[in-house]
Amino acid sequence: MTDLKKQSAIMIAAAFAAALSAVDDASAAKGDQEKCYGVSLKGKNDCAAGPGTTCAGSATKDYQGDAWKYVAKGTCASITTPKGKGSLEPIASK
Amino acid sequence: MTPLPDKNCTAFTDALFNPNARPPDGLKAWHNGPVAKRFAVYRNNVVVGLIDALAERFPVCLRLVGAAFFRAMAKSFVRASPPRSPILAEYGDDFPEFIATFDPTRELPYLADVARLEWAIGRAYHATDATPLPLEAVRAIPANALGDAIFTLHPSVQIVSSHFPILSIWSTNAFDIAVQEVSLERGEDVLVLRPDLEVEAYLLPPGGFSFIAALIKGETVSAASSTDPLDLPACLGLLFSTAAITAIAA
Repeated sequence: MTDLKKQSAIMIAAAFAAALSAVDDASAAKGDQEKCYGVSLKGKNDCAAGPGTTCAGSATKDYQGDAWKYVAKGTCASITTPKGKGSLEPIASK
Repeated sequence: MTPLPDKNCTAFTDALFNPNARPPDGLKAWHNGPVAKRFAVYRNNVVVGLIDALAERFPVCLRLVGAAFFRAMAKSFVRASPPRSPILAEYGDDFPEFIATFDPTRELPYLADVARLEWAIGRAYHATDATPLPLEAVRAIPANALGDAIFTLHPSVQIVSSHFPILSIWSTNAFDIAVQEVSLERGEDVLVLRPDLEVEAYLLPPGGFSFIAALIKGETVSAASSTDPLDLPACLGLLFSTAAITAIAA
């Protein structure tokens, strides 16, 4: 083993040791609780399952006016950019 | 029923996705009614069904832009990219790419990446089940062999990298009744997996995307660790705690 390889092996072994002990600490602390970080899609699997899980063929009339006239009216405004608030000004009609 | 003259149904499918096309030859309507009208109903139901499928597959994108915008965008996509597979759950893999090039979304540059995250979530959901590796198996590996270890990751593991905070945008829109403000200043890389019955999404530590991408390619831990910057303990800790590893060869 070269010195560099040795150094890298030591670093990797240390990383494993740290990661394993962190996982031990976390499981000791939380017991039966849910994971305490990240975001779980608990109860959201119906969404994740997506199409094919429901009958998506209802007879909604879909007006076929093709001129683009829609403006995003969702929650985009809550997203701030370094320049300021997200803009929802007529995205399409420019 | 008389077989259609059009064996591969290309004329039929073309007419199905082009609202200005005449109905395909060889059709007959009930009671000899107007074929064009009946075909228009069928065409409408096919398109609406596909739009509904996309709306269910990309619920956060829908919330971000609102239903009217989403459905109009989805309709443009359906016309441009009809399904290539009979499996509806596989429909929409190129919807994120479509969003990225769709002119009306150019002021929402994060939308395509949020769509990529939602697609990854759906893929993770439908991935094969696998039993996570007990951590004892990791502990059993001698320290000097760890660098040459090769991980097999859970089949549901997906990673998504973005210059935008896609996990923050996604999580507040997926769970909160009143959406939290999200600053666009930092990008986020995300680990998506379904170790058991539920899909989970986690923020990746620095270097995590390159590290896991290399592991997926079958590289050793040592080779995968060559990325810089890399928080290796945090990356390993995340893979261990999320049960993302199903096998290890050392």
